[in-house]
Amino acid sequence: APLPSSLAKKISFSVTRLNRHLTAAVLFDAATLGGLRAKMPHAYPFLTPEQKKELSDIAQKIVAPGKGILAADESTGSVAKRFQSINTENTEENRRLYRQLLFTADDRINPCVGGVIFFHETLYQKTDDGKLFPQVIKDRGMVVGIKVDKGVVPLAGTNGETTTQGLDGLYERCAQYKKDGADFAKWRCVLKITPTTPSRLAIIENANVLARYASICQMHGIVPIVEPEILPDGDHDLKRCQYVTEKVLAAVYKALSDHHVYLEGTLLKPNMVTAGHSCSHKYTAQEIAMATVTALRRTVPPAVPGITFLSGGQSEEEASVNLNAMNQCPLHRPWALTFSYGRALQASALKTWAGKKENGKACQEEFIKRALANNQASIGKYASKGEGGAAAGESLFVANHAY
Amino acid sequence: VKFSRREWALTPSPYPSLSPEQKQELATIAQRIVAPGKGILAADESTGTMAKRLQKINVENTEENRRYFRDLLFSVDPSISQHVGGVIFFHETLYQKSDKGVLFPKVVKDKGIVVGIKVDKGTAGLNGTDGETTTQGLDGLSERCAQYKKDGCDFAKWRCVLKIAHGCPSPLAIAENANVLARYASICQQNGLVPIVEPEILPDGDHDLQRCQYVTEKVLAAVYKALSDHHVYLEGTLLKPNMVTAGHSCPRKYTPQEVAMATVTALRRTVPAAVPGICFLSGGQSEEEASLNLNAMNQTPLHRPWKLTFSYGRALQASALAAWKGQPANKQAAQEAFFTRAKINSLASKGEYKPTGQVDKAASQSLYTASYVY
Repeated sequence: APLPSSLAKKISFSVTRLNRHLTAAVLFDAATLGGLRAKMPHAYPFLTPEQKKELSDIAQKIVAPGKGILAADESTGSVAKRFQSINTENTEENRRLYRQLLFTADDRINPCVGGVIFFHETLYQKTDDGKLFPQVIKDRGMVVGIKVDKGVVPLAGTNGETTTQGLDGLYERCAQYKKDGADFAKWRCVLKITPTTPSRLAIIENANVLARYASICQMHGIVPIVEPEILPDGDHDLKRCQYVTEKVLAAVYKALSDHHVYLEGTLLKPNMVTAGHSCSHKYTAQEIAMATVTALRRTVPPAVPGITFLSGGQSEEEASVNLNAMNQCPLHRPWALTFSYGRALQASALKTWAGKKENGKACQEEFIKRALANNQASIGKYASKGEGGAAAGESLFVANHAY
Repeated sequence: VKFSRREWALTPSPYPSLSPEQKQELATIAQRIVAPGKGILAADESTGTMAKRLQKINVENTEENRRYFRDLLFSVDPSISQHVGGVIFFHETLYQKSDKGVLFPKVVKDKGIVVGIKVDKGTAGLNGTDGETTTQGLDGLSERCAQYKKDGCDFAKWRCVLKIAHGCPSPLAIAENANVLARYASICQQNGLVPIVEPEILPDGDHDLQRCQYVTEKVLAAVYKALSDHHVYLEGTLLKPNMVTAGHSCPRKYTPQEVAMATVTALRRTVPAAVPGICFLSGGQSEEEASLNLNAMNQTPLHRPWKLTFSYGRALQASALAAWKGQPANKQAAQEAFFTRAKINSLASKGEYKPTGQVDKAASQSLYTASYVY
């Protein structure tokens, strides 16, 4: 902000005197000093009422009752791992063919999918008859999202902890993505539980970078999905995960407040509160639901329209059963609790496809089945049949997973 | 090299500060205070504050007169407990007795109402600020709380004060008051007292509604971050905030619906759903204003996961004081005045207050002002 002229005069006067006397003295009057100290100005609104409404409408549309998110934003490297498990070559064409199968599944998925998260490459790919994928999704009444982070980088001096990069030029990239059809974005931060982590630095750094990302997105009419994932690796119990989740989320929402993020135009993508994968004690879906909903009630303001869980290596069935339990939890939940699943929507579909064109229909059936299951789970009406798709029961846990 | 320096682990395994039984007790007390239709009678005016109140009705500020007036309030018909879930006491009052010689805490408890105690020791200046303050009272607080619990209290109250002015509230004032509130809350819970957290932002000034909303959101975000940092059990706390209003000298007047919309929006953005209830302070509003505003809160079309109720001092007692005028002959009239306000606020806490002489529809004007963004 420009200096008040009274102050400018005083400074120039003192500088002249400085030249003569070589003394350093800048004179302030009390009012100017108070003005300079005003770190609590009136809000400088950067979102107009129309912009706020647009963001809030988009967010509500994504988490409309029964709907959740298909996370199809696996990076090229992540897809490599997936395709390797089905002996399929990781070519651009194979990636296109596979995403096409998901995006062209029949109308049964319409009430189940509110949004789809894309990877950059996929946003510019087309169907066999030349239609851009974002357009396919939009025409089905679903919202197009884009992963905008550029992966994790280490935090020096920590026990293997990371922050996430991608802020450089994010402003311009968001403007372009909005033009190209995206209405929401996703940014993943990663924390882990060990006897010495997450450290205070990891928590505040990741919370801060999430808030910066969110702030930039909103300027371009893009709803930011805020994802502070706490990995399930380790042998810690449910209580420990709940404690850590509460601390992390408290820091995230304080950072969002500090960065003036419009909460009604955001979504949260957290981990469910679970014990570590190597924990000897096994917890029921109800215990997981209780711990998770409690943690969220203590940290996520009611203004946030929806919470879309990541599946983080849970099997397809586990992820549906747990989500269902969340929505049956007797504690009051002021936000929608739904899914943003990658592996937990695609595992069976992928296995069934096996890279072979003739398996296309069967692959889509598997995907539709999980979409319907999660649609039911998001309203607490999922009746687990005890048998899943080809891979529904297998644990999808990959040690120390990083996309 | 393997490091296992736990001092780096600033999020170690939780050292549980409260047992499940302690948590249960706190949550139950909090729920009882804000049970549907109930709010709090703030009768915790310090001796100095009582002087001001009594001076207005030309009554001498003696211990007996203070006792008499509180007795007048506490000895109303037991059905008051349908409208009042808790009463906040000042220290002196906790050890005074009714006309019949019964200790006041017992009188209140016997009516099924929870007893609370003001535990702060007033504000103290923050050097280097523009007249901002923090609140003192932490010294020996744990021992005092333990004693108050023995003497019948189940909740406590601590008031911090912030103001809106050029450069205020400053980051220091916000951080310091949030921190001291969290320390107080933590200590209370260790001693079985539900802490009411009161970060009052004064209505003094000519700022508009929007400014107050902005400041309230920043202050409450800081308060709840501090409570998280201090491991306070939110389900066993209550919040006592200001309503979001324009400053007293603001030329523009806002409707109860605008006040309600701004307030509920600010709360939805900052107060976790785990908090069972929000009991507004009346802060100089008239009795009727305080009731109309509370009523509008409970009619706001935004989802509210916590109870929105009252913790009123002046807004429950002003008429009663004016009716009493220090004359025993006026006792019944004073009690009726108090009971009437209590019933009205009870209705307001459910959004069911219909002021006589006003059309229902008129009270629920359009809630969306075109130019104003919440």
